[in-house]
Amino acid sequence: MASTEIARQAGEGVRGVPLAGHVGFDSMPDQLVNKSVNRGFCFNILCVGETGLGKSTLMDTLFNTKFEGEPTQHNQPGVTLKSYTYELQESNVRLKLTVVNTVGFGDQINKEDSYKSIVEFIDAQFEAYLQEELKIKRTLHSYHDTRIHACLYFIAPTGHSLKSLDLVTMKKLDSKVNIIPIIAKSDAISKSELAKFKIKITSELVSNGVQIYQFPTDDESVAEINSTMNSHLPFAVVGSTEEVKIGNKMVKARQYPWGTVQVENENHCDFVKLREMLIRVNMEDLREQTHTRHYELYRRCKLEEMGFKDTDPDSKPFSLQETYEAKRNEFMGELQKKEEEMRQMFVQRVKEKEAELKEAEKELHEKFDRLKKLHQDEKKKLEEKKKSLDDEVNIFKQKKTAAELLLNQAQQAGGSTTLKRDKERKN
Amino acid sequence: MAQQKNLDGYVGFASLPNQVYRKSVKRGFEFTLMVVGESGLGKSTLINSLFLTDLYSAEYPGPSHRIKKTVQVEQSKVLIKEGGVQLLLTIVDTPGFGDAVDNSNCWQPIIDHIDSKFEDYLNSESRVNRRQMPDSRIHCCLYFIAPSGHGLKPLDIEFMKRLHEKVNVIPMIAKADTLTPEECQQFKKQIMREIQEHKIKIYEFPETDDEEENRLVKKIKDKLPLAVVGSNTIIEVNGKRVRGRQYPWGVAEVENSDHCDFTILRDMLIRTHMQDLKDVTNNVHYENYRSRKLAAVTYNGVDNNKAKGQLSTKSPLAQMEEERREHVAKMKKMEMEMEQVFEMKVKEKVQKLKDSEAELQRRHEQMKKNLEAQHKELEEKRRVFEEERVNWETQQRLEQQKLEASRTLDKNKKKGKIF
Repeated sequence: MASTEIARQAGEGVRGVPLAGHVGFDSMPDQLVNKSVNRGFCFNILCVGETGLGKSTLMDTLFNTKFEGEPTQHNQPGVTLKSYTYELQESNVRLKLTVVNTVGFGDQINKEDSYKSIVEFIDAQFEAYLQEELKIKRTLHSYHDTRIHACLYFIAPTGHSLKSLDLVTMKKLDSKVNIIPIIAKSDAISKSELAKFKIKITSELVSNGVQIYQFPTDDESVAEINSTMNSHLPFAVVGSTEEVKIGNKMVKARQYPWGTVQVENENHCDFVKLREMLIRVNMEDLREQTHTRHYELYRRCKLEEMGFKDTDPDSKPFSLQETYEAKRNEFMGELQKKEEEMRQMFVQRVKEKEAELKEAEKELHEKFDRLKKLHQDEKKKLEEKKKSLDDEVNIFKQKKTAAELLLNQAQQAGGSTTLKRDKERKN
Repeated sequence: MAQQKNLDGYVGFASLPNQVYRKSVKRGFEFTLMVVGESGLGKSTLINSLFLTDLYSAEYPGPSHRIKKTVQVEQSKVLIKEGGVQLLLTIVDTPGFGDAVDNSNCWQPIIDHIDSKFEDYLNSESRVNRRQMPDSRIHCCLYFIAPSGHGLKPLDIEFMKRLHEKVNVIPMIAKADTLTPEECQQFKKQIMREIQEHKIKIYEFPETDDEEENRLVKKIKDKLPLAVVGSNTIIEVNGKRVRGRQYPWGVAEVENSDHCDFTILRDMLIRTHMQDLKDVTNNVHYENYRSRKLAAVTYNGVDNNKAKGQLSTKSPLAQMEEERREHVAKMKKMEMEMEQVFEMKVKEKVQKLKDSEAELQRRHEQMKKNLEAQHKELEEKRRVFEEERVNWETQQRLEQQKLEASRTLDKNKKKGKIF
């Protein structure tokens, strides 16, 4: 029996013991399957391609139903992603299918940023899962997984080569999602052109280093069919929800004046191959690859970005608690430091302002001291003037008094003379 | 948000279960079973009987043959294959359990072991570079109860109480061939009563949507705890080769459901509920451990009042991020407040300075005015004085002149110059 992963993990030292009868653990896969069926399955497809390449029609054809959505116009200002979730059931299997469509892809004049909203959307789903995984109280087993499991990339049937938009976009997406390129509306290409087109596309992808999804060949039961299909990539598909009567059956087809393209006819297109690979054989593998490869890559990058490492400089083994605590302390320390700095800055400012104001106050006082002094000088001068005036007044008064005295005396003496004169005159 | 859609034809995703089946077989399975009980209760024999193999043999002796002074925890790993399915089976022994005179804390090494397995898983789950993680967590603990016929011993109760929230505990009555069916019934009832009384949560079989299955589950529940018998020897009974214990009075057959509940245990443990035991360990016991561990980390240093009672649903990183934002907001507010206070104080001081300046200016003005007034007054006074003086002087001169004139007249009169 081939070695299982578990056996490999256990290593060489594990002993195998023979069983003396039927124990019954061979029911384990069934137990596991029963659990999954009870839980229901979940699958998310992203359709990337220019407007009008038949993405919605292909989805309808693949899942034999009519999904939501109106055909869009070409005048979208940017690329937006619209997702719809559906509950489908087939026999006892429940599938929660989410179809995400890129609206407006390739319609703008400047398409440089077209891939950005797609990458952002994919990352957002990874982020949501990562957040749930990192929560303290989490419910992973009932979490609705929205991560994109498969990306169908619709290539326009030009017959020549990939457009540069296609190459750029696929290059950006190949490390984030399982890309399955398909040639859309392939009923516009003849068989010989198609063969050349496929070869051209494959070589362009290889030369540009674009990693597309390879159907797994490690499981013996499906290795053969998968490797055959791998050589038919990219699948050239035709989608149609209209039915046409061929012989005595109604089949899905597109009717032209010159003939009818039957969707499920393997000679006409690769639709059946796509359905087989995508849904019937590898759906689970697509989901697993998304989880173990693309998601892990995203998670690793994100954690490294946040500064987490698996070993610290002393090469001590990783302990979650220690790392969190270390991060926490570092972060608290940083906050403390910032707080201190701010305080210091304020203290500094206060000091400076105080000094400034003190300076101003000092200047003011000096000014007024000067003025006061001036004033006092003035006052003194005034006093002096006053005094001198008073002195003069006094001198004058004295003079006056003296003079008046003299005058009185003189007058008294002369008065009698004058009186005599006057008397004489009268006489 | 999700719409129900009907399919108009066969799509093919009904093959998903097959895809899952394929992948699981390719990966292989693992299961860790712990057996706990006093020596001599037939633990090794039961394991050998369950897995139809000589897990414990002369080469690899079982726990009872290893005399231990303290409780040890030991692992035996074997890889068994059946029907294309590989199972890595780990049996965890606890030799020494309950064998000492003083058995206080004999469960501690076991609890520590379980926790350390959880810790290992948590660490490997939390690594930045993760690889396929081996799951060595204990998925099930078979607890062997001695067939006393009376009830649970204090050690039994204590052990189960301490472990029921860390691992799936399945209590079993060991060496059940020492009890008659009636005694067994009584014993079982007594044990279940005591389990309920002490609120011990033993492993519960999940309810399903399937009626048939639920009936089976109910039948099992009625027989709990399972009374088992194990045997390493094969005996011939009525032409059939069966595992059993030979007594003078007959053969107790291990796989005879009239004799004991072994088949029920085997079917339940291995054939139907092995996956569920793993799921419950992963989704319940491990998550409990994890959230307690991470909550302790997050709330380290943070005000304990916040942490009391409520476990956050956020991740520690999100918690830190939120704390950081809170702190930044707090700092901003503090900065704004300090700024405000600063501005206000500055304004006050500047205002005071201005007022003081204005006051001084006013006073100065006033004094100047005063002085000027006084100056004017003085000027006026001087002018008046000058005027007075000039007048008086002029007058004096006039008087003088007059006097002079009159004197001259008199003189002349006297001289007779004038007639």
